Amino acid sequence: MARIFAYIVHKGGVAADSALELAAAARRIDPAASPTAILTGWGADLDVACHALAASYPEVWKIANEALAYPNAELIRKALQKVLPSNSIVLVAHEHFGIDLAPGLSIKTNSAFVSDVLDIVEVDGGANLKVVRQEFGGQVSVHVRCDISSGAVLTIRPGAFKPLEVAAGSGQVVDKSSEVGTLAAGRRYLETVVAEAGDVDITKYNVLVSIGRGIQEKDNVAIAQELADALGAAVSCSRPVVDAKWMEKSRQVGSSGKTVKPKVYLACGISGSFQHLAGIKGSPFLIAINKNPKAPIFQVADVGIVDDILEFLPELTNKVRELRHVA
Amino acid sequence: MEILVCARRVPDTSENEIQLNGAGNDIERDELVYSINEADNYAVEEALQIVTRVGGTVTVATVGGEDDEEILRREMAMGANHGVLISDEVFGGSDGRGIATILKGFVQKGHYDLILTGIQAEDGGAQVGGMLAALLDYPFASLVNSIEVLDGKKLKVSREIEGGNKEINEIDLPCVLSIQTGINEPRYVGMKGIRQVASLPIPTYGASDLGVDPGLVGEAGAKVKRVDYFVPPQGKGAEILHGSREENVDKVLELVTAKGGLK
Repeated sequence: MARIFAYIVHKGGVAADSALELAAAARRIDPAASPTAILTGWGADLDVACHALAASYPEVWKIANEALAYPNAELIRKALQKVLPSNSIVLVAHEHFGIDLAPGLSIKTNSAFVSDVLDIVEVDGGANLKVVRQEFGGQVSVHVRCDISSGAVLTIRPGAFKPLEVAAGSGQVVDKSSEVGTLAAGRRYLETVVAEAGDVDITKYNVLVSIGRGIQEKDNVAIAQELADALGAAVSCSRPVVDAKWMEKSRQVGSSGKTVKPKVYLACGISGSFQHLAGIKGSPFLIAINKNPKAPIFQVADVGIVDDILEFLPELTNKVRELRHVA
Repeated sequence: MEILVCARRVPDTSENEIQLNGAGNDIERDELVYSINEADNYAVEEALQIVTRVGGTVTVATVGGEDDEEILRREMAMGANHGVLISDEVFGGSDGRGIATILKGFVQKGHYDLILTGIQAEDGGAQVGGMLAALLDYPFASLVNSIEVLDGKKLKVSREIEGGNKEINEIDLPCVLSIQTGINEPRYVGMKGIRQVASLPIPTYGASDLGVDPGLVGEAGAKVKRVDYFVPPQGKGAEILHGSREENVDKVLELVTAKGGLK
């Protein structure tokens, strides 16, 4: 069986939550695997993250390089090419960094590539993996067979694998920095621009009336706003609403937007992509209203209503107003 | 600036419910409405806006069959100068690497300063842009949500990272960028516009025209293959309310109140 590596993203000396999920995925590929974590960076933060991770991984490869102080995938890909043995299996979390790094890495290591893997269901003689992906925003799943005889790069969906709990271990940190040498790339990191705050802070509300593509046009946002006003709630939204410029980016819930922890989340005309769900924390009571009975949101909601939000929401608003008026 | 946009025609999920076919080996494709992949359309719009600012041409290419010409015409109606169909029997069954290998062949036939793809297709893996860049040894950036042309040799691009933050990079030309949805507001294309480009020629290139080794693409070259489709296993699943609309409204209000949402 090929050697398995997990590239670990870290910040401020702390490894990403996905670190132990990648360890779990590695064990699914090979229960006997001793997966190796690879961390790149520069300075004290890198050392702290490496040593902390040695509790969970039998071996941690450290690549310290001043050029890697900021995780520029173009440089990290070059560093990995220098240290990875041939035919390796490399796991990376499927988020903005993994998406940047992984496809090109698979070309440079001449290995198979599968992105956004949700499950690993079969390993056939060390030559093939059968994995699960989703297509069409999670409406259908697919079994994909992947020839790993010359290695593989897999990006793993965050949250798909239960983090591997391991006893405080005695993994060793191996310094691979000297194998990397000077790094340069045609893409240079300049700065990070923090998101603007926006007019309403959706993270502060107990109830969110959250709208998706089902709101259909900008003028209909008022329908959700009226309900939110009646409930004392805020209107939040999913990505397509921001893409269409119907609401500000500051209202977006999801991995590329805000993380919210309301008590009640009304998902209105939202299909329920994993990137959206990743922004909903604290297990709120989730009520989904969507006219597509197959919408993935119904798999994770507590209560579902198959209906057109453009008709349902105004009636709900009227009912709330009646109740408040009487009270 | 000479810009190439790699685009795809896909089933439109805003128009269709995607279901399995009887055999479970594909989705049910009869009566599906197809359109250009959403992110690819944003990429074409971005290319057109860049050319408006700094001059140049926009070429839209797709790997596929005759049916896929319709998206090329749609993007030509938007303003793309050229549409190109890359089509060959031996391309069928290509995985992401295969598609990137085919596109590399096409790129090397011309001189492009900038190559754009959409970040991901509805049925895709967010992979072809990064692979194409690696095959060409061009710099790459994914999830790009703004582009500024600095001079003839570099761009300033912003990438979408966590929490709505933006990572700003400088990138040398020629390069490959995968474009995130929402980067711009794609212009509307009416039937009239499409009729106006209906008779423009769309050249077709095959494996031999592009010098693509058939052994590296299609089924033959694919390391990754779909085995079957299935319906995602239900989690605990929502309790679906089957009442009348009025009953459902009452129930939702009761639940919102009970769960601490209404005081």
